[in-house]
Amino acid sequence: MAGFPLLTAVLLAPICAAVLMCFVSPKSAQSVRVISAAAMTTALALTLYAFFNYDLSAGGMQFTENIPWIKDLGVHYSLGVDGISLPMLLLTDLIGLAAVYSSWNITNRPKEFYILLMILIAGVTGTFIATDLFIFLLCYEVVVIPIYIMVIIWGSTKRVSKEYAGMKLTIYLLMGSAFMLVGVVALYLTASSVLGVNTFDMQALAVAGQMGLLSEEFQIFAFLLLLLGFGSLLSMFPFHSWSPDGYAGAPTAVSMIHAGVLKKIGGYGLIRLGLLVLPLGAKFWAPVIAGLAMINVMYAAYIAIAQKDLKYVIGYSSVSHMGYVLLGFAALNVVSVSGAVANMVAHGVMSALFFAMIGFVYEKTHLRSVTELRGLAHQMPRVATGFMLAGMASLGLPGLISFIPEFTIFVGSFSVYPVFAVLAISGIIFTALYTLRVLAKVLFGPKDDKFDRYADARGAEMMPLIILGIALVGFGIFPQLLMGMVGTGTEPLLPLLERIADAPAMIGGIR
Amino acid sequence: MHFEVISTEIFILVLGLFAIIMDLVLPKNESRKSIGSVLIFALTAWLIYMFTLYTPQAVIADGGTATRYFNDTIYVVDNYSIFFKQLFIAATIFTMLFSLDYTQTVLRYKGEFYSLLMTALLGMCVLASSNDFLTAFIGLELMTISFYILVGARISSKNSSEAAIKYLVVGSVSTAIMLYGISLVYGVTGSVHFYDMLRNQYLFSSAGLAGATMIMVGFFFKLSVIPFHMWAPDVYQGAPTPVTAMLAMGSKAAGIAVFMRVLYVAFPLIGYYWLPILAVLSAVCMIGGNIMAIRQTDVKRMLAYSSIAQAGYMMVGIVSADFAGMKAVMFYGMLYVFANVGAFAALSLVEQHRGGSDYKSIAGLAKSAPVMAAVMTVSLLSMAGIPPTAGFAGKLYLFTAVVNQGYLWLAFVGFIMSMISVYYYLQVAKAMYLDKGNDEPIVISGAARAAAVISVLATILFGVWPEKLAEITNLASFTFLQ
Repeated sequence: MAGFPLLTAVLLAPICAAVLMCFVSPKSAQSVRVISAAAMTTALALTLYAFFNYDLSAGGMQFTENIPWIKDLGVHYSLGVDGISLPMLLLTDLIGLAAVYSSWNITNRPKEFYILLMILIAGVTGTFIATDLFIFLLCYEVVVIPIYIMVIIWGSTKRVSKEYAGMKLTIYLLMGSAFMLVGVVALYLTASSVLGVNTFDMQALAVAGQMGLLSEEFQIFAFLLLLLGFGSLLSMFPFHSWSPDGYAGAPTAVSMIHAGVLKKIGGYGLIRLGLLVLPLGAKFWAPVIAGLAMINVMYAAYIAIAQKDLKYVIGYSSVSHMGYVLLGFAALNVVSVSGAVANMVAHGVMSALFFAMIGFVYEKTHLRSVTELRGLAHQMPRVATGFMLAGMASLGLPGLISFIPEFTIFVGSFSVYPVFAVLAISGIIFTALYTLRVLAKVLFGPKDDKFDRYADARGAEMMPLIILGIALVGFGIFPQLLMGMVGTGTEPLLPLLERIADAPAMIGGIR
Repeated sequence: MHFEVISTEIFILVLGLFAIIMDLVLPKNESRKSIGSVLIFALTAWLIYMFTLYTPQAVIADGGTATRYFNDTIYVVDNYSIFFKQLFIAATIFTMLFSLDYTQTVLRYKGEFYSLLMTALLGMCVLASSNDFLTAFIGLELMTISFYILVGARISSKNSSEAAIKYLVVGSVSTAIMLYGISLVYGVTGSVHFYDMLRNQYLFSSAGLAGATMIMVGFFFKLSVIPFHMWAPDVYQGAPTPVTAMLAMGSKAAGIAVFMRVLYVAFPLIGYYWLPILAVLSAVCMIGGNIMAIRQTDVKRMLAYSSIAQAGYMMVGIVSADFAGMKAVMFYGMLYVFANVGAFAALSLVEQHRGGSDYKSIAGLAKSAPVMAAVMTVSLLSMAGIPPTAGFAGKLYLFTAVVNQGYLWLAFVGFIMSMISVYYYLQVAKAMYLDKGNDEPIVISGAARAAAVISVLATILFGVWPEKLAEITNLASFTFLQ
């Protein structure tokens, strides 16, 4: 398959599906669903091909494509994947396909729904495979508007209205990205002037940053701007409050993609841009990030205990889990950063499965409240299996996807921030508390006759469980599949991270 | 006298006269769409021909002349003016395309609409090419007086007449101020020619500076820069929608075109001291326009405030006062045309069928005219600068230019305000997609649909791949800086 533009094909599959669907009659929901599923299956197959044909020993960017795009800005249409972005791409396509299936029963304007969903997936895909900052930004913000429209039309109003939820989500993310854009513009201009050539190429920018061509003051300033943007996307405290409200208001597919992959763009961006391009800035702000990560873990888990609405529980739980990712990033060593990347994948699969199951239950029973649902395992054993898988992964049960990543984060961060690491580990107790409480109440206990009339998941409804379940267990039993891939991405960071070890940090080095 | 240099202007004048004559010749109750169609075809052909008028990069690089003059040097045709003329012509073509039906059903005097549109276009072209203050003044008046009448073209509507009177009064005041400024400048320098201003020491006398300031203020009125913006909301709301569209894209771009020439050619030194003030003004425009737009309940009025904000964005490029900045302004001006066409095409359809342009009237548009609702959404997002629309590329050009000149704070203001603008643009999307309204399907004419779809495709094309447009703007700004 040499010369075949594999990544472009992965990117174009959903876009082509969206364009194709524009010409389908709005009444034929079936054809719309089939087109979407076919597109996502194609994308997933291609991604899997890439995943298993990625040359681990060579590392670096592979499957690259590069076409000059806008000459005067120095933009290249350049794509590529490495050990950091390939797992994220795989995650995107896994969740994308699962999201298509979990929206199978949508009857209200299915055509528009699937078109927007495909645009959303294309945007996320593009973000992970772009190696040019301009293309990255282009895809980064594409996703915001489809999400807004999907939330206000297909969302649900419970504690907050869906209009409110949609707007809150949009405003938070856009305000964050406004700061990020300023940072990127400043970065582009500074790097272009020192390199003597206009470029948006992330590799070139990284070279400029790592060779010390960007002054330390500038790196600290620019990193703060990026942190505001990526941090709010990653629901870093205190920019997290959009996340539970937004997920509660959003339709299932949007919750899945948003919690599963979109949020991870924040962490991915922090590593790809923050760490690689602005290493001194990353070092400077790392203690602050670690502190905020702590608050994320503890505070969000604490709130999750008190939640009644299942989506709010998972919403806060995802905020809490992002704390681990941030902690792994802040520790700034190869082990912890690997853990952060792997944990993003793990959390993505797990939260998407959670939201798919909640969405299914809500679709049937129109209930999401922990107090009203009970004993569902009697009527819906398959759904209960999904809940159990996701829940056990959430509290880090060995043998499931998230054990190794979380463990890696703790190992990596303990030497750097021992206090924070211990506190974060104890956060698992809270996680176990709310997860087990919810699972026990919703799934087990006495059988409630009023749920007898609801059938268990079957046919297409089973697909999200199958797809995500396989990933959840597969990567759990064979963690090397994931960790090996992530390792090839993070190992090249070693010299860089060693070099910045002496750089001043916020605590102890404030100037 | 090289009349071939002003062929574009002559052609437009002929088209305007043709429209008047045809209106007289055609029977009273015959549809005037035919006039519009002929004008559209003629202008489209000319627009395509105009690509051959550009002086290519190679010629400029060899030191060849890129500038042609008419009547000594008071009228200049260079790549810069050709670009803006193309922009005006494209705006006019699109406006006529989506308003063929509107004109026929809503306006009483249809033939006059077309001829006045042509004279307004002629005025814009003269503005873009003028090289002295009197020529600029004639162009400005030709454009504005045509607009006074066009704004009041919905004779049965009180709003329209009110808007026309308001525009006339405010426009006359600004004209008077500008004319007074020109006379002061003439008094101290003894010339109205841009080239004579350049090294004239008397310009820096107090009278000369006062005159220059007054001229700028006159332009600020036309550009509806805060604090000279009061007329814009009422006029935008009252005017027939196609005229509002022309005001937003044509009139504003023409003002920008001549403003840049005055600032860089006539008053480069004064302009240098003016840049910080312009930076503050553009920030005020971006903040004020966007904040005030939030509270509007009428889409046209909202677009008026948003156009104030857009003027602020374009001024950002003027502030950077270099090659990149000028290029960014032109790029932004062009994509703003496409965005406006999309928005106003949908809006004129709504006004034509539902009699209003407030949020209630557009409710449920996604069901009754799904294509138009989608076009409207994408166009508004382009104004907000959300990728993959052209607005994003445009804003990136603008703000990279200005940050490069050291105005980082302006980029903060610009990006944050453009994200805030998403809020009220999405209110429109929400009304169209979510609110319950009139679900009856609206029949859209082929021409209106073509205008809307072409503009939206251009918006997305230039957003994802701005290369071609960037090349042309490069060419245009390069010549000018010589």
